[in-house]
Amino acid sequence: MTYALAFEELTLGYDRHPAVHQLDGEVADGSLTAIVGPNGAGKSTLLKGVTGVLRPLAGQVRFGTCARSDIAYLPQQLDIDRSFPITVVDLVAMGLWSEIGGLFGLRAAHRARIDDAISAVGLTGFESRIIGSLSGGQFQRALFARLLLQDAQLVLLDEPFTAIDAKTMVDLLGVVRRWHGEGRTVIAVLHDAEVVRAHFPDTLILARDLVAHGPTPKVLTAANQFRARQMCEAGVGPPHHRGRHVS
Amino acid sequence: MWETLIQPFAEFSFMRRAMMGCIAISVGGTPVGVFLLLRRMSLTGDAMAHAILPGAAVGFLVAGLSLGAMTVGGLIAGMAVALLSGFVARVTALREDASLAAFYLISLALGVLIVSTRGSNVDLMHVLFGTVLALDNAALILLSSIASITLVALAFIFRPLVLECADPQFLRSVSGLSTITHFTFLALVVMNLVGGFHALGTLMAVGIMILPAAAARFWAVSIGGLIVAAVAIAIASSACGLLVSYHFGLPSGPAIILVAGIVYGVSLMLGPVGSLAAPVFRHRVNA
Repeated sequence: MTYALAFEELTLGYDRHPAVHQLDGEVADGSLTAIVGPNGAGKSTLLKGVTGVLRPLAGQVRFGTCARSDIAYLPQQLDIDRSFPITVVDLVAMGLWSEIGGLFGLRAAHRARIDDAISAVGLTGFESRIIGSLSGGQFQRALFARLLLQDAQLVLLDEPFTAIDAKTMVDLLGVVRRWHGEGRTVIAVLHDAEVVRAHFPDTLILARDLVAHGPTPKVLTAANQFRARQMCEAGVGPPHHRGRHVS
Repeated sequence: MWETLIQPFAEFSFMRRAMMGCIAISVGGTPVGVFLLLRRMSLTGDAMAHAILPGAAVGFLVAGLSLGAMTVGGLIAGMAVALLSGFVARVTALREDASLAAFYLISLALGVLIVSTRGSNVDLMHVLFGTVLALDNAALILLSSIASITLVALAFIFRPLVLECADPQFLRSVSGLSTITHFTFLALVVMNLVGGFHALGTLMAVGIMILPAAAARFWAVSIGGLIVAAVAIAIASSACGLLVSYHFGLPSGPAIILVAGIVYGVSLMLGPVGSLAAPVFRHRVNA
């Protein structure tokens, strides 16, 4: 099977404290994978490692079918300063960065694509609103519009459905399914096991070390989730205590 | 009216020069101040202003009250403190604000010590509070050049700088410009503080950057509106401050900053966006 990206003995962390420890595994090209695990399990850290924001302490992320430059990344809402005075259309337009960079202006074709993306997430009419005036759900829709414009082969979502209303979640899950249908690889950090079971064919359970990785029905079991919680509560897991790979 | 508002500028060239200098500082420094405010770095500007002092003081020791020597010294000291505190924050457990505070306190003490061993109190007052009424041609050219460089540099880094403020993780995921943007911005801060201190002194220079920016927050919503409002407030405060200092015989640097402070106070109470009175306006519009 071709892989979109592969983790090889990947160790990531801050100040030399590993948050992700010696992770091995492959994410298949075109797969839709959920990353689950307790708080502090290194889920967000893993996504930052893939984007290159965080350099590995050891090991590496290898890119197969997609390049590191071909990633669309949704950070956690907490990482974004929503008091910054920028309009919805400007925020969304940043998704065109790989085409217009830091200097070039928007052409008519760009504007049409921006309008399409905004209407695809149901935010038409909100274009000139300042992001600080949006609700949590509306703001997340704007960020999804930006992801749509990035038009990337690999989409990374960090807690995309946290603190948003049910209607928004249904709509945004539709966007995720659309990406999956277009053959893009999608990796999402999620908390809600029900959402994962219903919509994500593959799951990777992380508790600093790998707990399990494979098809969701086989992997997302009560036993594995319990083990993940135990491993996180026990502090940094012993190096020999490595997860098994179900395939 | 004419006598109060226009005549001082028409009659005295030192008033015109002072106004020119203040316009240059307002046009260059205030947009930088807006970004300092939006990045929650208002106090960083203050700390950097203090950090410039020993460099300017060494320049003063070497060459007396020389514009060039004090400018170069200030630039070196400011950049050194900015880079050192950033470096210490990255390699040790100390956070950037704490290491910045440590470095600027050391710098300030060092600066005052250097100036007082060689100069008189008059010199110390010049460095701390500036001499906006004694700007010569060289100083005006320096201030205008700094304003021009700042505007061009801001135009180049505007988009990444906005992203670096609003969504730094995203910027890092799409481009490698994050670090360059951060340090270019710090260099602009230092440059404008060094320019500002010739006119308003190290302690007051940061005032004309931050106070108009803070006041503009109550008048404008968009980033462009903020910058325009802040520059307008800075220029208006400079003109009023100079006139107040002329008519009442007050020191001009503090007068300018105080007027900017009054504008801030009024904006805080009456501005249309997020001020104390804003809910009343909204109520009237809706009613």
